[in-house]
Amino acid sequence: MMDFAPMHSAPAEVPVEHHSHGGWDPYVDNGGTSLAIAGKDFVIVASDARQSDGYSINSRYDPKAFTLSNQTVLATTGYAADAKRLVEVLEQNAQTYFHKHEKQMSAPAMAQMLSNTLYYKRFFPYYVFPILCGLDKEGKGAVFAYDPVGNMERVVYQAYGSASALVQPFLDNQVAGANQRGHEGGLLDRETARKIAIDAFTGATERDIYTGDWLDIFVIDQTGIHREKRELKHD
Amino acid sequence: MDPIEFRLPHTIQRPKATPNHGPRTHTTRPIVTGTSVIAFKYKDGIMMAADCLASYGSLARFRNEKRLMSVGETTLLGVSGDMSDFQHMQHTLESLLTQEYDMDDGQKLGTKSVYKCISNIMYNRRTKGDPLWNAYVIGGLDNGQKMLGFVDLYGTTYQSATIATGFGGHLAQPILRRRVEGREDELSEEEAVQILDECMRVLFYRDARSLNKLRRAKVTAQGVEISEPYMLETNWSFAESITGYGS
Repeated sequence: MMDFAPMHSAPAEVPVEHHSHGGWDPYVDNGGTSLAIAGKDFVIVASDARQSDGYSINSRYDPKAFTLSNQTVLATTGYAADAKRLVEVLEQNAQTYFHKHEKQMSAPAMAQMLSNTLYYKRFFPYYVFPILCGLDKEGKGAVFAYDPVGNMERVVYQAYGSASALVQPFLDNQVAGANQRGHEGGLLDRETARKIAIDAFTGATERDIYTGDWLDIFVIDQTGIHREKRELKHD
Repeated sequence: MDPIEFRLPHTIQRPKATPNHGPRTHTTRPIVTGTSVIAFKYKDGIMMAADCLASYGSLARFRNEKRLMSVGETTLLGVSGDMSDFQHMQHTLESLLTQEYDMDDGQKLGTKSVYKCISNIMYNRRTKGDPLWNAYVIGGLDNGQKMLGFVDLYGTTYQSATIATGFGGHLAQPILRRRVEGREDELSEEEAVQILDECMRVLFYRDARSLNKLRRAKVTAQGVEISEPYMLETNWSFAESITGYGS
């Protein structure tokens, strides 16, 4: 006697042409690269502005570095929609802080808040790799690097995004002077840091298809945030 | 007293509860779909086009569907993807416009606000794991400023001088980038229409889910204008010379 499985009325079959098996994935990687370098009394932040989806370029200018206050800049990479929402959340909380305390949030305060904001969504994370930049209490350049769930570290320089594997070793070499005999060490001056940031992106644009089009550069110092927009290769 | 029980004739079936074996599910695929939307900036504003087909899989099911709509007085909306999700969005936007009208405060809903509203709806639905299976193109003039934006089922947003959804992203976008990028403030309406038709013709030749019946629309200082459906001239004489696998 054959054993038959009980028959259930299955949902209606329709002739769709979309064949997915693992279910719907709510995340997208929109590519792009961001970096930051801290100096004695400044920080430099740079992000390219290309937004991609797979092999398609969505936009040549969709900035992913944002000024959160007149003291801090947040550079992102990863999933653009999450990054934009994260920035909105941070802006709203910073606004509340401003009205409560009658002062703008300092970079270290913003840094801790960002970590908390990311960890709050520990089990449905913002798929974003943020770099927060500003000046600390002593006026020194401060770079805070995170992972998507809020692990935070204060560093001297950081590269994140689709070309991070190209840019981070370049910065290890040019900023930290790793494995270079006779390297003096110490922090870079402003103009050198800026040139290295630009070179890092021209190099990354050459080899990484997700990096290019435009480069947003921010220099943060005692006088405020200075912005510059440069062209990268459009191919 | 006992409740009265109705006895149905044996030919009439009581509706059975739909069996649900497993967890609550959401949209996992689009059903009735519209294909590409293309749009770009030109001298006087925004141009957009979409064909009139809503497919049911490979079946050309509805051949007179409107996939372009105006939202308020200065905003144009184009949609591709699931048509029922689009109709849900249409209802939401119509309610929003009614609310705005009832405010009676002399304020007009601008393109940027419509864009932000649709973007938030899309991002919130993706976050719920219950996305609206669409890609939207939103174009308009915000106090004289041209605006053209995109949002899809992931809540991904971007603005650009040229935008194309779906197959259009592969077939029409390269043409638009070559002919529009950097010229969006000088392109005449005649040339814009010509570019639009060229893109739609390429799509009709190569996208098997497209139709040679389309509408184009524009937003200018005079407001939104959506055309009646029209056909494109096509030339299939090359087909005769194709033998075997072509080329």
